[in-house]
Amino acid sequence: MKAAAEWRVAVVGAGPAGLYATRHLLDQPELNFEVDVFERLPTPWGLVRAGVAPDRPEKKRIIERQFNLTLGDSRVQYFGNVEVGRDVRVAELQAWYDAVIYAVGASSDVRMGIPGEELPGCWAARQFVGWYNGHPDYSQLQFDLSCRRAVVVGNGNVALDVARILMQPLAALQSTDIAEHALVTLAASRIEEVVILGRRGHFQGAFHNPELEALAELPGVDVLVDADELPAANEVVMDGADWATRRKVRTLQQLAARPASGARKRIVLRFLTSPVEVLGADKVEQLLVVRNHLQHDARGRLQARPTEEESILDTGLVLRAIGYRSYPLSGLPFDERRGVIANLDGRVTEIPGAYVTGWSRRGSRGIIGNNKKCARDTVASLLADLQAGKLACATLTGKEVVNQLNNRAIDWVSYSDWLYLDRLECEAGCAQQRARAKLTSIEQMLSRLEERKAQLPKDY
Amino acid sequence: MAYVITAACVADSSCVDICPVDCIGPRPDDPAYDDTEQLYIDPAACIDCAACVDVCPVLAIYEAGALPLKWQHYAAINRQYFRESES
Ligand SMILES: Cc1cc2nc3c(=O)[nH]c(=O)nc-3n(C[C@H](O)[C@H](O)[C@H](O)COP(=O)(O)OP(=O)(O)OC[C@H]3O[C@@H](n4cnc5c(N)ncnc54)[C@H](O)[C@@H]3O)c2cc1C
Ligand code: SF4
Ligand code: SF4
Repeated sequence: MKAAAEWRVAVVGAGPAGLYATRHLLDQPELNFEVDVFERLPTPWGLVRAGVAPDRPEKKRIIERQFNLTLGDSRVQYFGNVEVGRDVRVAELQAWYDAVIYAVGASSDVRMGIPGEELPGCWAARQFVGWYNGHPDYSQLQFDLSCRRAVVVGNGNVALDVARILMQPLAALQSTDIAEHALVTLAASRIEEVVILGRRGHFQGAFHNPELEALAELPGVDVLVDADELPAANEVVMDGADWATRRKVRTLQQLAARPASGARKRIVLRFLTSPVEVLGADKVEQLLVVRNHLQHDARGRLQARPTEEESILDTGLVLRAIGYRSYPLSGLPFDERRGVIANLDGRVTEIPGAYVTGWSRRGSRGIIGNNKKCARDTVASLLADLQAGKLACATLTGKEVVNQLNNRAIDWVSYSDWLYLDRLECEAGCAQQRARAKLTSIEQMLSRLEERKAQLPKDY
Repeated sequence: MAYVITAACVADSSCVDICPVDCIGPRPDDPAYDDTEQLYIDPAACIDCAACVDVCPVLAIYEAGALPLKWQHYAAINRQYFRESES
């Protein structure tokens, strides 16, 4: 085995999973690691920046209180704006480092698979979320919010997040780090009703209690719960459900009993309903839906089965929020069924020295901190292989990696560059009395860095 | 009075690692952890040492008497989690 201070690991993706993996490596008492973090965007933090809703600022405290300490560690080198698979190939990375941990998240999603899904006005919630959070891939999208009703398909936290953002009074978003373009579009929104469709019943919603309660707390918004098949408050059918589910159903019961205030805006929670077809001549005009009933499948799991009962919702905006998937990264095996990078205990199958963690390992399951355990287990697999002498030796030093990137004329963004962009965003936000004014395109970010370079002394 | 974890929690389990009396759950290796909404403090076991407060990366933990208005109900929620979910 090698002497101390010589293990060089690349982490691909600067989201929670990649940063937790980095932290676990740095915290190894007996071994000294250097970690290079590659991120395809100039900006780090993954979905904590681009997914977590702008009206949830408390969650983003994790950046200053935890992630900054990891990315700013002297043993860590940040290569932002470098996409693995495009700027650097997987095979190259595997040769350059002792080991590589892929933590590329889940940037694709599950389609509804129904006719009309391609019509303008039908989007993935992922696109809408990326847009309001200023993710460069989605900032140019144009959402038409001129219709009266929007339909959100899905019953997870993302579905409830996008419904909440659509119905949140502007005043509650103005001081946040929401993208400027989203604020402008939402200010002109004419949407008065958001219908959230759950395929299965009240007990099967995947959303969490705080997200449900947040809907109930929206000022000036009635929340209407489709109470068909919702057990009455004193029924004992809830016995088999776990505690968090019982808590959700209690909230749904309270909402169902709450008289509508007659507010102009409302959110309608419909259960046991699936989309069948998106209708419209050249854009979304209606959504045909079907009522479901629940049936046990051969393995005893509850499945939603369509009935004959169809109905039509007039709408101009359909957002599908039925799950995120990872994407096949060229050079890595992909598990099509699970939508993740193929792996066993975090070891990428058939590629020695390659590991995977986070949503690209487990699928879109779990919140920010769950990735810490996932990264711990992946790092444990890596350490076991290292102890067993199964890792090949890194061919490049940190300096040589920098040279490789420079030779390819890649405009990579360092941690100090990022701190500069971070400061610009915070200062601009401060001037507008907002938490942050995000830079929302890569060109914008790079040109700010160019301007800074021009101001610095030549030999800096 | 006991300490209380609120909805701000991101389940990173820093508090579990530091709690001297192991009264926070679900722990990362418990079956309930991977799909949990958040972690909870068992008020019957908490000794009010406040060690968890500072290590929490999102400042989700409050003394029961000092809960922000919007999270007042979390004292009962933390209690119920241990009374109702493990029964
Ligand atoms: C809309 C939404 C809201 C959420 N809200 C919350 C919340 O309120 N609280 C909570 O706890 N959790 C929330 N989550 C869950 C949380 O965001 C995830 O658990 C977590 O971000 C997953 O971490 P990850 O590192 O696996 O993936 P990600 O956070 O997606 O990070 C992956 C990173 O890899 C980068 N990358 C991808 N491909 C490449 C490549 N080829 N080369 C280099 N880099 C690459 C990406 O740009 C990204 O930065 C939310 C998720 C979503 C989708
Ligand atoms: S206050 Fe102390 S005893 Fe109570 S949960 Fe926090 S660390 Fe544990
Ligand atoms: S330290 Fe804070 S965020 Fe982490 S699990 Fe504990 S309460 Fe939740």
